[in-house]
Amino acid sequence: MNELVFKYLLRISDSGLILAQRISAWTGHGPFLEEDLALTNIALDLFGRSRSLLDYAGNLEGKGRSEDELAFFRNERHYYNHLICEQPNGDYAQTMLRQAFVDAFELLLYTELSKSKDQTLAAIAAKSVKEITYHKRHSFSWVKRFGNGTQESFTRLQNAFHELWPYTGDMFEPIEGETDLVKNGFVPDLQKIKTDWEKIIKDLLEECNIRLPENVYMHSGSAKALHTEHLGFILAEMQSLPRAYPEAKW
Amino acid sequence: MNSSVLNKDQILSWLHEIPDPEIPVISIVELGVIRDLTFNDNTLEVTITPTYSGCPAMKQMEEDVIKKLNEKGFSKININTVYEPAWTTDWISAEARLKLQNYGIAPPEGSRDKTALMGEPKSVTCPRCKSKNSEMVSQFGSTACKALYKCKDCLEVFDYFKCI
Repeated sequence: MNELVFKYLLRISDSGLILAQRISAWTGHGPFLEEDLALTNIALDLFGRSRSLLDYAGNLEGKGRSEDELAFFRNERHYYNHLICEQPNGDYAQTMLRQAFVDAFELLLYTELSKSKDQTLAAIAAKSVKEITYHKRHSFSWVKRFGNGTQESFTRLQNAFHELWPYTGDMFEPIEGETDLVKNGFVPDLQKIKTDWEKIIKDLLEECNIRLPENVYMHSGSAKALHTEHLGFILAEMQSLPRAYPEAKW
Repeated sequence: MNSSVLNKDQILSWLHEIPDPEIPVISIVELGVIRDLTFNDNTLEVTITPTYSGCPAMKQMEEDVIKKLNEKGFSKININTVYEPAWTTDWISAEARLKLQNYGIAPPEGSRDKTALMGEPKSVTCPRCKSKNSEMVSQFGSTACKALYKCKDCLEVFDYFKCI
């Protein structure tokens, strides 16, 4: 069971870590100062949460791997983050829509995880729920602004939607053996989360005059650590320093 | 210090001398991050909880606690981080809220339960001119725990300690 929980922890912590790495690329490049601060703060929350989860994962695994070793010394085929988290930032509409998709998913997921039979996971999740509530309020308000702003902002949101939508299905792909975790009350059933998520996103996009398409091909694979071409580049940048100087201390 | 009898109040008063690294007018005790003190096998165990998951000041607070207790004669100190119950602004005392206001940071308004239902208040009292005529500029301010507001009367921007 520990091995399964370990893998599940990697799946959720990697998603936060990779998304944090992505959005922190906006630091110093935000559209204006307040947004620069907002994204930096959100990235910080995600990094912090991933640290707690990876630290716990390392303890469960029992091989003495620290949070840093898990973050910096695994390659693509050992990363389980959702595909949507590694997609490029694009323009601000794309960054905010990606964030809205993930925030809505995470708020539902972490609310359920805060009731997990695993007490450490439940405690980390309960803390995260408070933070994700803020993230979602922020990203949702931006998506609405893009959708109802000018023709230009709407077009950008529409383009972002076409780019990102096929990667949303991957968030609901369980890892091998996840049903056992669900049965034991450790983690929620992703199918239930999917139903709620679709309703929330449908309502959001209707406000923006975007209709959800039916029967779109959905990419998948991250539950088996199969990724798009982007993850390798992200890891190469994120891991280069610790790999070049493994003994370096902050 | 070899006494096995733990004088919690005394130790807390020492920890009370440690300022928050980012908001130096309140102490880490007033902030509510110190959750418990226990003594096991000559080791003083200090239980702390982070304000926000990614708060970069936590490491500094841990180091400050160890340094302060070393000065007071404790050689074996263990910092134990807990997440449950999750930190809340409800733990910030009335006295500390006043200190925040005098420092120019609007303290959290109301309690967490109300915020969870109603969202953040639309207007926050300006810590400078005390006007309630303010608006939110950004949900995220200079640190993870704060939002940015602007007073529409004195026109100053100010930090608001988010209610969580």
